[in-house]
Amino acid sequence: MSCTVRIASPLHSYTAGAAAVESPGASLAEVLGDLERRFPGIRFRIIDEQERIRPHIKLFVNTDEARDLTARVHGGDTVHVICALSGG
Amino acid sequence: MASTLWLGTRKGLFALRADAQRRSWRLAGPQFLGHIIHHVAQDPRAPGVLLVAAKTGHLGPTVLRSADRGRSWREATRPPAFRRAAEGEAARAVERVFWLTPGAASEPGTWYAGSTPAGLFRSLDGGERWEPVAGFNDHPMRSQWVLNGTPDGEFLHSIQVDPRDPRHLYIGISIGGVFESTDGGADWTPLNEGCAADFLPDPNAAFGHDPHCVALHPANPDRLYQQNHCGIYRLDRPARRWERIGRSMPKKVGDIGFPIVLHPRDPDTAWVLPMDGQTVWPRTSIDGKPAVYRTRNAGRSWQRLDRGLPAHHAWFTVLRQAMCADRHERTGVYFGTTGGDVWASTNAGDSWRCIARHLPEIYSLSLAY
Repeated sequence: MSCTVRIASPLHSYTAGAAAVESPGASLAEVLGDLERRFPGIRFRIIDEQERIRPHIKLFVNTDEARDLTARVHGGDTVHVICALSGG
Repeated sequence: MASTLWLGTRKGLFALRADAQRRSWRLAGPQFLGHIIHHVAQDPRAPGVLLVAAKTGHLGPTVLRSADRGRSWREATRPPAFRRAAEGEAARAVERVFWLTPGAASEPGTWYAGSTPAGLFRSLDGGERWEPVAGFNDHPMRSQWVLNGTPDGEFLHSIQVDPRDPRHLYIGISIGGVFESTDGGADWTPLNEGCAADFLPDPNAAFGHDPHCVALHPANPDRLYQQNHCGIYRLDRPARRWERIGRSMPKKVGDIGFPIVLHPRDPDTAWVLPMDGQTVWPRTSIDGKPAVYRTRNAGRSWQRLDRGLPAHHAWFTVLRQAMCADRHERTGVYFGTTGGDVWASTNAGDSWRCIARHLPEIYSLSLAY
């Protein structure tokens, strides 16, 4: 069973406008790997070259914020990729 | 010769297209509205190719590539990125791609990129895949060369390739200094002798300087000019000591600024746009009276050029990449302000007119033909 990944609008250029996609990944790392295979380039905009979540990105599994990519994801979960920015 | 002036702005990519006489300019865009565009560069070896250094407020940095003069774009498949840090090592991540430079004519497909934090990257396939230049990024002296002291991080910029020898490279780092490689980037040495660094504990330090903009003259690659945080300089190689040619600027104006622009053919002619570097560094035009200064004798004297520019209450800031000159017989000189205006001169700076207003904060101006 897959999870639902909700994609913030700054990343819709990668997903052909889709705001939500399904992914079979069992961890955030697997979900992001799956997204990268389907939407090349999207992962590096979210995760830096040191495998850290970028400063203005927040990842949630359901309502729990993930601090790294080891977080487990179960079938039926919703992963939120959120963009957080202040100022103009 | 039709010219396009590409404008990298804080909110997207714009283009100003001129007629053959450069009388009228038509604004096109924005493309990538909302994206932060730090730099745009045309490939002189393949003029249809343009590269753009981009990011957004939320997302990581990347490079975009067009093979059809900016009509369509594709993202690099491997954008500039540092290597993965070893256990216990400081982990660096590219925050922004700040500068793009095409390689030498003899190396089609080679490009260089500079980043914040200070990193150097190379592509051998026209900007599609980028690799870190380990000779600089992992140089044992790098952590000392680069003064990691500004909240916005250091900028690696002004990547210059000697057209006679593609292995001969220069880079500028704010803050860090000017560095030279003669082996294609495998090793580097500081090249800051003669440059002031008034802000350092040791003003005669070998590195730690703040070169705002460094330019190598294409017709005389032994000649470099530099607009530094502490003055305007010229260096004629093989000498290693910069000469402060800003000393001949009017005392009331001083010789602080961001950009320096070279004439496309005459190595003795350059333009600068002085800014206020006093007390708290307003970095605006001095007294609200913007003026370009031109030398025609390699910096022995400078001429104020302000005809057509606002006479007062114009508090311009012009960033280091936001001024350029074209290749026309009567040289066009252009600058863009952080207030979103573009000013043009088609007589080498003798007179100016505004050709675009109300754009987002302008980060860079780049000509394409």
